[in-house]
Amino acid sequence: MELANIEKLVEKYENAETTLQEEATLKNYFTKEDVAPHLQEYMYLFSYFELAKDETYTKTVKLKPTKSKTRNLKWLSVAAAVALLISVFIGKHQYDEHQQRKKAALIYAQVSKGLKLLSTNLKKGEQAVATLYAYQSKANKALK
Amino acid sequence: MNESDFLKVVLPFKDKVFRLAKRLLVSREEAEDATQELIFKLWKNKEKIADYKNVEAFAMTMTKNYCYDRLKSKQASNLTLVHSNYKEKETSLDKKLEYQDSVNQVHVLIEKLPEQQKIIIQLRDIEQYDFEEICKMVDMKPTAVRVALSRARKTIREELTKKHNYGVS
Repeated sequence: MELANIEKLVEKYENAETTLQEEATLKNYFTKEDVAPHLQEYMYLFSYFELAKDETYTKTVKLKPTKSKTRNLKWLSVAAAVALLISVFIGKHQYDEHQQRKKAALIYAQVSKGLKLLSTNLKKGEQAVATLYAYQSKANKALK
Repeated sequence: MNESDFLKVVLPFKDKVFRLAKRLLVSREEAEDATQELIFKLWKNKEKIADYKNVEAFAMTMTKNYCYDRLKSKQASNLTLVHSNYKEKETSLDKKLEYQDSVNQVHVLIEKLPEQQKIIIQLRDIEQYDFEEICKMVDMKPTAVRVALSRARKTIREELTKKHNYGVS
């Protein structure tokens, strides 16, 4: 390819007026032949285009959703939240019950303590009354 | 449309989808995810695909839109893109390395272009689509595509010349 021709094509190329065939011609010139020094930039440009075209998608194509992992994670968090809620609820329930029992035990202890006090005092009274009776009967005997 | 029919339609252009995604998203992993996601999207819409005359052009448009969305969400979450495949090398005495450097330089220069010019350069100069197809893919008028392409080509060449002259002097 003549240099003058290439120069003309390059100008057209920069104005985005070249056809695909003309661009193929340019690419061919710049990647295969000895490039004139003042057009060296185009050599890099077209070499890059050639190179960039070789890059391929190497992974295997999957037609099943790839999001399953994230979906599982989402459900896991929901499950964790529910479990937390339930455990807090049950815990609160248990705690309340425990507190109630403690209170009941305290009241029971106080009541039984009070009752005991009452019974000992009553016993004292009973003894006193018994001795009084004894005095009374003795006194009655003496008076008779 | 069954699985093998679908793959027969899609596989020939999967590399083009991947390369466009990589051009826009920069990182290889991101581009791979985008490609996979896109093929999966096409598979979900396989009934509609049968009606399209040009599945490839449709896929490229979808890729472009998908990557735009990804970029937007990236900007929103303040993540920066990192490219892994280019390293700036010191000027070397080795002629071959120098050549390699200059070729790599083109990659960096394209990366610096506005998104729209990036896409058009990718579609035209690397994938070699004709103008009519590109207009459909990017949803632009032919004159606008030509202007953008011309601007992109000129920018890259001018930058290369600048770098080259700087290296010499």
